[in-house]
Amino acid sequence: MAEYKSGSNLEKILAAGAFAFTGELGPPRGADGDVVRKKARHLSGVVDAVNITDNQTAVVRMSSWAASLIAASEGLEPVYQMVCRDRNRLAMQADVCGAAALGITNMLCLSGDHQRFGDHPGAKGVFDIDSMQLVRMVKTMRDEGRFLSGGEMNGRPKMFIGAAANPFAEPLAWRVHRLAKKIAAGVDFIQTQSIYNMERFAEWLRRANDMGLTEKTYILAGVTPMKSVAMAKYLQSRVPGMDVPDEVIKRLRSAGRKNVAEEGIRMACEQIERFKEMKGVAGVHLMAIEWEHRVPEIAQRAGLLPRPRVD
Amino acid sequence: MIVGRQKPLEEIWDLVSVYGKVLVFGCNTCVAVCHQGGNKEAELVASMLRTRATTEGASMEVRSGGIERQCEHEFFASAEADIEWADAVLSLACGVGVQFLVKRYPVLPVYPGLDTCFLGDVEKAGVFTESCQACGKCILGLTGGICPVARCAKRLFNGPCGGSNRGSCEINKELPCAWHLIVDRLDALGRLDDYEKLASIKDWSTERAGGPRKLVNEEFVA
Repeated sequence: MAEYKSGSNLEKILAAGAFAFTGELGPPRGADGDVVRKKARHLSGVVDAVNITDNQTAVVRMSSWAASLIAASEGLEPVYQMVCRDRNRLAMQADVCGAAALGITNMLCLSGDHQRFGDHPGAKGVFDIDSMQLVRMVKTMRDEGRFLSGGEMNGRPKMFIGAAANPFAEPLAWRVHRLAKKIAAGVDFIQTQSIYNMERFAEWLRRANDMGLTEKTYILAGVTPMKSVAMAKYLQSRVPGMDVPDEVIKRLRSAGRKNVAEEGIRMACEQIERFKEMKGVAGVHLMAIEWEHRVPEIAQRAGLLPRPRVD
Repeated sequence: MIVGRQKPLEEIWDLVSVYGKVLVFGCNTCVAVCHQGGNKEAELVASMLRTRATTEGASMEVRSGGIERQCEHEFFASAEADIEWADAVLSLACGVGVQFLVKRYPVLPVYPGLDTCFLGDVEKAGVFTESCQACGKCILGLTGGICPVARCAKRLFNGPCGGSNRGSCEINKELPCAWHLIVDRLDALGRLDDYEKLASIKDWSTERAGGPRKLVNEEFVA
């Protein structure tokens, strides 16, 4: 095997050609580390790595790097998320160095939801650099040992660098070009927005395959199981960049009130089975929002366990 | 042009209610175009203040006046008598005008009657749209003439974020996605190749981030 960029478990699994499985853990709104530990225990041994969100939906939470370290102490490999909304280039580079020094080996680089959606709508959004530039910056730090200023680093951050992709926002053609641009910026893996419109995702993927993009990066398909009809309707109407077809809501509704969550899990498992067969999909990113305790069951039913080990 | 909006009368009253002679002072250029701070608006604000003073039983004299621009010395001659008369000036200019008055009259109390909003255009009668942030290093040549610094909510430099959809910004469906406009325009100009290039990281030192700015044009300095 060629030399790894980061040596992270996620990188090794993907490099070995195994179908990767990542989870997500939202840090608590406060200083209680036990919340992270508890959530982490559900995911340990079940996922290859876990994304630790960074003030997601622009709501203040325990910092991503700190929750990443707590998750790591519970045996999980974190994917440290970083948004451009809350930090300037100095803070970003400092945090990348610190995270790497403390053993974090994966990062996900995001623009971040606009602050007006969160609990501090009067905050000043930083947006000093954008997510593409963040990808390039971390790559330059890792591969060339240089800061954005050109200054030489004392020790390089061995990061496996990820970014997000939204296959659903119109117009479709641009979305594939944006993926191409992220790859050109130096991204190693992509995690997509939660997928509900499978046809639309398949079309995006076909274009990515045609452009040879899936050869250049690993694409992990985003899955979020629906817990309720209300959640589905909320995602459909209120969350930027989501594409929830009416049929999804119809199916959940027809399951009957008591069985909606079960139907949501069944739908997620069906999706995962389909992703396994799709050319260009290297794995699944399961975002079970405040449902970490159901992840082992979903993983089991979707045939994702046991997780492979690559040394 | 500079776009402003009148402060609520309540806030204005709180600022000037302690003075006996108040001059409401219009600025008849930018903020007159948006019908908020011109000499005509100064008359209206003055009459509202008079009514308010009567209601409150306050002994306040209010005059209105104005000049073409409160940000240049050469326009002030016609207003000197009014300013001399006043205990305090309520300026309806943008923040530039207010501060220019302060510099010009070091011991005269000057208050803002407007909130200065942004640099924008007159999209149509009564509608003003932000289009420039005066960042000090124009990139319009690279972005098809549409500015992502001023018009993208996240000031992105490399295309639309995941929240852009069908031409709308994620923060407000009524707001056009700047990057949607940019890509459409580059396409129309046959310059989509420019969109493929990774934009270099912005040097914000020419923006407000670099500290208060000053431009000196040597050949015209008296």
